[in-house]
Amino acid sequence: MAGNINQGAKALLLSELVSGMALTLKYFFKPKVTLNYPYEKGPISPRFRGEHALRRYASGEERCIACKLCEAVCPAQAITIEAEPRADGSRRTTRYDIDMTKCIYCGFCQEACPVDAIVEGPNFEFSTETREELMYNKDKLLSNGDRWETEIAHSLAADAPYR
Amino acid sequence: MAEGTFLSMALTGALILGQILLVTVPLLLAVAMLTYAERKVIGAIQLRKGPNVVGPFGLFQPFADALKLLTKETIVPTGANRIVFMMAPMLTLLLSLVAWAVIPFDAGWVIADINVGILYLFAISSLGVYGIIMAGWASNSKYAFLGAMRSAAQMVSYEVSIGFVIITVLLCVGSLNLSDIVNAQKNMWFFIPLFPMFVIFFVSALAETNRSPFDLPEGESEIVAGYFVEYSSMSFAMFFLGEYAAMILMSGMVSILFLGGWLPPFDIAPFNWIPGIVWFALKTALCLFVFLWVRATMPRYRYDQLMRLGWKIFLPFSLFWVVATAGVLMATGWIPR
Repeated sequence: MAGNINQGAKALLLSELVSGMALTLKYFFKPKVTLNYPYEKGPISPRFRGEHALRRYASGEERCIACKLCEAVCPAQAITIEAEPRADGSRRTTRYDIDMTKCIYCGFCQEACPVDAIVEGPNFEFSTETREELMYNKDKLLSNGDRWETEIAHSLAADAPYR
Repeated sequence: MAEGTFLSMALTGALILGQILLVTVPLLLAVAMLTYAERKVIGAIQLRKGPNVVGPFGLFQPFADALKLLTKETIVPTGANRIVFMMAPMLTLLLSLVAWAVIPFDAGWVIADINVGILYLFAISSLGVYGIIMAGWASNSKYAFLGAMRSAAQMVSYEVSIGFVIITVLLCVGSLNLSDIVNAQKNMWFFIPLFPMFVIFFVSALAETNRSPFDLPEGESEIVAGYFVEYSSMSFAMFFLGEYAAMILMSGMVSILFLGGWLPPFDIAPFNWIPGIVWFALKTALCLFVFLWVRATMPRYRYDQLMRLGWKIFLPFSLFWVVATAGVLMATGWIPR
């Protein structure tokens, strides 16, 4: 009986509606969580797996030794490598292609790489207007490496204690 | 002589046209700003920012949207009844605009100060359902038809309680003229003595304008967009304008019937310096904010809940209040003569 009266009074006075409205009004005045992308960006982890890059040593020599481990491990078979001995006798790739439309960004290539040559950098804003532009070749990957080297080196150093 | 009459007729016509423009243009601007405000308010409640890119604070967003709609193609479905299909949005927009003829913005600021103003408003807002039924029927689409059916049943149900609420107010005023209704609230705004009626009127206004939580005619998650699924471009924009203008109209009605229209809250120095139209606009804006606030808070009603609320709760409750108000007025001799 008392419960019924209580419930009836609640329904009549719209107490639940009012408390709900009060809650949303409270949220109305709360600070907003919106990031003003692309002017503001969220933080990303050092382990973030974004666009691929081929790195170089400080001397300018490319790191990749054409061991083809990345090609072998790639579950999406997105990597194609051809290799030949260079004039100075060192083993280097003549072709290093990644089909970015196939890539699933698993990061196995960078795990497999014995010389930290292929890495997935922090860049995730590499959308293109055509499909062809996503067929990366060696030049593109090396230029990515040159462009993002600071960030890549930083995140590798930050993640090093954990692996 | 003949020339004189013609000239005076032309002058009168120009005057009326001027008045109409003076009401319509700010109204359409208000509709544009309302769509902006809706996105901002709902955004804020959901901890988002809302539109903030086009113009300062995103203020030009509604104009960008209007431009986008205007440049799109008007698609008429093959199975549609072309004439009715195109007439429906026009009717909706027209009805939500003609109602403003009797709204007093300030003491004496009204295009047509007719003595059955509230009845006229009631009739016009009820006619609004025709635009929707026509759209649903002419579209020849099941979703549109379902939306129209829902809308018709819903509007009819809630008009009954709106009618009773209006009768209660009329009992306290003794006139159907909207200016008289406002003037009768000089001493006390009606939302204080008639608070339950105020709430019922507001909730019914939500249902009447197909606003959340009673937006079943649109019901995005069930029937896509209800009666305007098949509309595009300008015909869609006209529905949109009509719907938002109807929202502003309903808010205006709430402020006239219960919040003292253009009257300041206290008839003392700083308050009565502010012109009446500002008070009217402020009260309407407050009601509109609550419209948006409710939309951001409440989930959509189920259809049987909607019908139960309308017929089993609001109808008996408002009927009781009509009788009770009349009884109190008669017993105390306060009934206006």
